[in-house]
Amino acid sequence: MPHKVSLSRLKLTDFRNYAGLSLSLDGRHVVLTGQNGAGKTNLMEAVSFLSPGRGLRRAAYADVPRAGSDGGFSVFVTLDGMMGEVDIGTGTDGGDEGTARKLRLNGTAVKTVDELLDHLRVVWLTPSMDGLFTGPSADRRRFLDRLVLSLDPEHGRRAADFEKAMRGRNRLLSDHRPDPAWLTALEKQMAELGIAMAHARHELVSLLSGLVEAARDDGPFPSATLRLSGFLDDEWQRPAYEIEEIYLDMLQSGRYRDAAAGRTLDGPHRADLLIRHREKDMEAERCSTGEQKALLIGLILAHAGLVAGMTGHAPVLLLDEIAAHLDEGRRAALFDRVDALGGQSFMTGTDRSMFDALGDRAQFLTVSNGGILA
Amino acid sequence: MAKRVTGPEIEKLIQLLAKVPGLGPRSARRAALHLVKKKDQLLGPLADAMGEAHRKVRICSCCGNVDTSDPCTVCTDVRRDHAMIIVVEDVSDLWALERAGAMNAAYHVLGGTLSPLDGVGPDDLNIRGLVDRVAKGGVRELIIAVNATVEGQTTAHYITDQLSGLDVKITRLAHGVPVGGELDYLDEGTLTAALRARTAI
Ligand SMILES: Nc1ncnc2c1ncn2[C@@H]1O[C@H](COP(=O)(O)OP(=O)(O)OP(=O)(O)O)[C@@H](O)[C@H]1O
Ligand SMILES: [Mg+2]
Ligand SMILES: [Zn+2]
Repeated sequence: MPHKVSLSRLKLTDFRNYAGLSLSLDGRHVVLTGQNGAGKTNLMEAVSFLSPGRGLRRAAYADVPRAGSDGGFSVFVTLDGMMGEVDIGTGTDGGDEGTARKLRLNGTAVKTVDELLDHLRVVWLTPSMDGLFTGPSADRRRFLDRLVLSLDPEHGRRAADFEKAMRGRNRLLSDHRPDPAWLTALEKQMAELGIAMAHARHELVSLLSGLVEAARDDGPFPSATLRLSGFLDDEWQRPAYEIEEIYLDMLQSGRYRDAAAGRTLDGPHRADLLIRHREKDMEAERCSTGEQKALLIGLILAHAGLVAGMTGHAPVLLLDEIAAHLDEGRRAALFDRVDALGGQSFMTGTDRSMFDALGDRAQFLTVSNGGILA
Repeated sequence: MAKRVTGPEIEKLIQLLAKVPGLGPRSARRAALHLVKKKDQLLGPLADAMGEAHRKVRICSCCGNVDTSDPCTVCTDVRRDHAMIIVVEDVSDLWALERAGAMNAAYHVLGGTLSPLDGVGPDDLNIRGLVDRVAKGGVRELIIAVNATVEGQTTAHYITDQLSGLDVKITRLAHGVPVGGELDYLDEGTLTAALRARTAI
């Protein structure tokens, strides 16, 4: 059984519609119910700030401080984490640019929010992800990269660096007569970073596929088959240095074409994650709304299981409006699977009775107007 | 309109001091006040030292370092192993490596890194000088000690390419240098370890 990472204290200051909130949690799952607009998703978003990035809404930090307050926001938690108990504080000062989010661990400022990954991993599923299969491929890449990132903290830096090298190359290609040696230097960087990045994605997809497969007959959720496509699809059996060479060649021979297109046409930034409903043998985007949701839930649960298995620590799971589309039997099955993951989950809904099947496995909180009712 | 407290000479002194890294407008004012109070003990000697430095400071035509002589103190130091050159982005990196005292080598200061997005190209850097220096012979090893950023690594690739065909061993800092961690900010132990464990390109 993986170690259960759990929040025991949560304090919010000027966070969305919370002026101030101080909450003690007992380590069980947390069910948040309340009316529309009460602040359930906001509370989940606060927890999602315990991972690097802009949280489950991908918010601009300037939007997060409570309207009418003049400073920044802060989220403070006490956590039984992957390295033992830790106090985590994160937020912005407000005022200036509002680009960077600050992080304090046990009261000491640390340089990057990436250090959060040493203490916990957060995995979430929100209604805004419902269109994942039908939306643009960029959404699926981002989804995939988030999954990779929770297992491989280096992934974010590699992806950002790849992007930077690629933009540099695009810029050079737009010059009248670009220095070929300089282009090569950038392309070598792109090959190194891009293949490492794509490799990490392939690895995740294959690990995840294994887990989806293992959970196949476990409850009423359909299983997904996953495949990456759009970038060097047939080469991934080769050793990394060979694939790097192949990609470098592609870049070098594609210079004219890319210069004309004004962008780089080959690379991990063009890959897509193809998902199929296995039992029905159908592309996910052609499945019904409920089937798509069920596929997504299956994926997220498999991923959470993967993180638990790889790190030995069950991730914190945020499931926003998870019960909404499911019938009673599927709900009960979902709760059992969530519980079996061994971590602390946060779930929301408008109606408490939807969570009855959780029984005393969860702590029930009523959210109302930016506060928790006693 | 705020009333003036000082004449334009002191005002100008404050304005200039505020441009010194580490000094904000507030500390610049404190420093200026301190200087003018110690007119003879500090302000005068400082002005002389600055004038002298200004007259003499130049960029070393061999390695790109700043010093008051050309070639610089490092380049003329006979106790150094001049067959080994450490290539750095900035003079501050040279100083950091010297502080760590790990190597008894010569240096080459590039004056930046290749960055198409910032409009910095090969001609803006001291790369030609490096190639000439190596081509003259007598250089056994080149340690490329640039930062682990995209720009740093692109520059490393570029330099390696420009030196291909020349008889010199090229190595780079071992991993363990934090990503994007500027050498200047690393502690001496980390720097020494990264230099000792350098790997061939
Ligand atoms: N920066 C902010 N300052 C103040 N209020 C905000 C801020 N950002 C969002 N809100 C408000 O917070 C309220 C609660 O939002 P939240 O999304 O948490 O509701 P919810 O409980 O999840 O509701 P639903 O059941 O409809 O999903 C909304 O009315 C929203 O307008
Ligand atoms: Mg909501
Ligand atoms: Zn010199």
